[in-house]
Amino acid sequence: MIEFMLNGKKMSTSVAGDTPLLWVIRDEFKLTGTKFGCGIAMCGACTVHLNDQAVRSCVLPVSAIAGSEIRTIEGLENKHPLQKAWIDEQVPQCGYCQSGQIMQAATLLATNPNPSEEEIVNHMNANLCRCMAYKRIKSAIKTAASSSAGVVEIYDPQAEAAKEIS
Amino acid sequence: MSKQESYYNNTQQNNTQKDQVDLTKRRFMIGTVGTSMLMAFGGLGGIVADASAANLLANKSFNPNIWIELNAEGEVLINIAKAEMGQHIGTALARIVSDELGADWSFVRIHHVDSDPKWGFMVTGGSWSVFQSFKPMSQAGAAGRISLIHAGAKLLGVSSSSCHTENSFVMSGNKKISFADIIKKGSFDKILTPEEMEKLPLKPREKLKLVGKKSQALDIPAKTNGSAKYGLDVELPGMVYARPIVPPTRYGSKVKSVNDDAAKGITGYLGYEMITDPSDTLQGWVVALAKSYPAAMKAVQAISVSYQKGPTANVSESDIQKEGQRLVDDKNQGFLFVDDGNVKAANAKAKSTLSSTYRTASAIHFPLEPLNATAEFVDGVCHVHTGNQWQSLTLPVVAKALGLPAENVVMHQYFLGGGFGRRLFGDYAIPAALVAKKIGKPVKLIFTREDDSLFSQPRSPSVQRFDAAFDGDKLLSVEHALTAGWPTLAMAPGFMPESVDKKGRVDPFSSSGADHWYSIENQQVRLINNDLAQRTFLPGWLRSVGPGWIGWGVESFIDELAIESKQDPLEFRLNLLDGKGKNASGAKRLANTLALAKKSANWNEKLGKDEGIGVAVCGGQERTMPTWVACVAKVHVNRSSGQVSLKKLTLVVDCGLVVHPDGALAQLEGSALWGASLALHEGNRFKDGKISSVNLNTYTPLRMADLPELDIHFVESEEHPVGLGEPGVIAVAPAIGNAIYNAVGVRVKDLPIRADDVKQLLNS
Repeated sequence: MIEFMLNGKKMSTSVAGDTPLLWVIRDEFKLTGTKFGCGIAMCGACTVHLNDQAVRSCVLPVSAIAGSEIRTIEGLENKHPLQKAWIDEQVPQCGYCQSGQIMQAATLLATNPNPSEEEIVNHMNANLCRCMAYKRIKSAIKTAASSSAGVVEIYDPQAEAAKEIS
Repeated sequence: MSKQESYYNNTQQNNTQKDQVDLTKRRFMIGTVGTSMLMAFGGLGGIVADASAANLLANKSFNPNIWIELNAEGEVLINIAKAEMGQHIGTALARIVSDELGADWSFVRIHHVDSDPKWGFMVTGGSWSVFQSFKPMSQAGAAGRISLIHAGAKLLGVSSSSCHTENSFVMSGNKKISFADIIKKGSFDKILTPEEMEKLPLKPREKLKLVGKKSQALDIPAKTNGSAKYGLDVELPGMVYARPIVPPTRYGSKVKSVNDDAAKGITGYLGYEMITDPSDTLQGWVVALAKSYPAAMKAVQAISVSYQKGPTANVSESDIQKEGQRLVDDKNQGFLFVDDGNVKAANAKAKSTLSSTYRTASAIHFPLEPLNATAEFVDGVCHVHTGNQWQSLTLPVVAKALGLPAENVVMHQYFLGGGFGRRLFGDYAIPAALVAKKIGKPVKLIFTREDDSLFSQPRSPSVQRFDAAFDGDKLLSVEHALTAGWPTLAMAPGFMPESVDKKGRVDPFSSSGADHWYSIENQQVRLINNDLAQRTFLPGWLRSVGPGWIGWGVESFIDELAIESKQDPLEFRLNLLDGKGKNASGAKRLANTLALAKKSANWNEKLGKDEGIGVAVCGGQERTMPTWVACVAKVHVNRSSGQVSLKKLTLVVDCGLVVHPDGALAQLEGSALWGASLALHEGNRFKDGKISSVNLNTYTPLRMADLPELDIHFVESEEHPVGLGEPGVIAVAPAIGNAIYNAVGVRVKDLPIRADDVKQLLNS
């Protein structure tokens, strides 16, 4: 039995320890926003956060995440500034890679609220967009960064809820 | 029966339904069904004059291509029979109809319909959707508006002629009534003939409030939060997971034996199935089954299959290209596609000649969502859940594979995680359907990325040879011979027209683009099917299709002709785009985009060391649906490594009226980068009968770091809208090739343009 936090909720799974996290999230916990693309960590469609770091869930064995916090696109609850920017800039075409793009970009803004062009490219280059919406992905990241007055944090619904309660 | 014959038979049934695309010949029905007003074009069976529209609509006797419901809450639900794969097609079509209706856009919803055999023809491809749907969609909206005005005027006690519609209200002076109230109180039952539809007053362009205006696509929000549902996200109760074992050759492989001893220890492994496919699409297939997909993935690695390999198991990329070279060099091969003037007489006057051969390597679609399908039998009907572009082509083949009549197969549509032509013929649905039938359980079959690539429908390797004759600087004639594997021959031969010399049938999707818009007095185009390619793999329709590789040759060779004629390549093109003779209908529009591109791209600017600028144009996918594009590329070439850096692409596009401007721009941005990616990043190679680069470690599409500056302009136009999804791809590669020549004086002739090849040319 492997226990971990998934979008703020305690979860446990009894699948084989070498099962890639991607399939546990999708098929056991029914969070299908995280996608299967290449299976070798080279497209980024499966990107999730492991303790606030962007990781490729298609190659991450579930045994490696015991006790960790996992956040998926669903965990952003439509409240992350990037999600708004993605709509404002009309970024997605087929949309299949976009959960991964947003999750990848979120970790950039979390540590670097005003990234330069070069920093955006370096951070995002390993995420493939087959429709090649790169120009808009880039500009949406800039929009989200500039709209957030230099203090972008990953939106964490649990932290928000805690604030409201206190 | 051979592979090709079997496809041929399958598509015959399909082609008898071809006329269904033409909605202009159909009656239009408006009727009350339940508490809603429904509007649709007539279905297959035809409509007798005295039939009730309301009854016909209630029984769903209509064509699904346009099917609109206005409910008593005032919502407008527009059903779309087009695949959504990134082009936001539902939004474009919904805005056309809503504009004519006078509907409040915030009340408009779209829904992507399932297939149903009685609905007939469903295809999303060829960049045809807006082109074909604009007029019927406008007419449908106008018919609805007039019916609503008629009923609304009665309720308001005013004359219809005093009314107009706005924001989902019928208005007359200071009186108004909402669409919702009209639908609640009124009753509709009307059939319009095609002649009556033709006479409906459409709004003048300046009165349009949605078409041509900035808007957000309706499908986008779901694509930012993980809720958009793709084929991969389908889940059915009790389903089993499956992964195919793709055989060593596309055709003719036979399974000799299967050993799954090593798989038996895998938790969740359920065994394997060998596939017998009466449609002959799958030859030599084994499918591994498991309780989870990771277990199915592992099982495939553990199972060893011994094959009697198919006859093309040793074919390489260079074998296919050598055969192509042989075919274009042999003047007795092939059929004529263009035969203008008198080439023979012109050649007799030649003082000099120029010959050149261009090649393109295999390229694959690589849709980011790997191929997948989920199949289930309910009461003898096979339900296939999968994203697909051409249900009318796919469904009959699935039915044949299952030994069922077509009406016992239903295809359910989802978002497509990339189409690009790979999801036109849905061969990937067949293994799921066959295994579901065999084991009596729902089956979700997913190809891994590598499986997907091995089962790809590649853009065929191609060879084109050009021979031009000159009298001094004067161009006398051009002979053009081109060969490739033909997708339409393999998948839809009924769509192949007869050649100009009546010697045989030719693939329109492997010839379009050779019939360019330049006035060349004496010209012959000869088409040859590369039979070795045809036997080795299933050639695919890849985004931009024929013009995508043919344009590489045509636009590079035109550049060679310009240089041979000692003229500026851009001015040379402008001179040849004189709009004379058969080119009268459009060459001037193409010339206009070129002239605008010259200005936008600052054509005569002074360039840096080893920088170059190149131009190319295209007339879109077909002469019958031309989209005018001029492209200027700016590059830098590293002389020591041969590395080409693409600095900037300028595109000027005339696609007629732009229906959904932001969506149109997105299509152009994506297709221009596709062009750049195919030019510089994406070549594949056949090795041992198979595609050799199957994942991103070796197949390397363009990434964000490779992004050039993009400068894209649309020509303002009120002409009928034409396709946009593909034409932006075509001119990019030759513009890059021509820019390389401009930069360093070497002529690249192979696509993709590889640094090693450029380096070799520079050193030779």
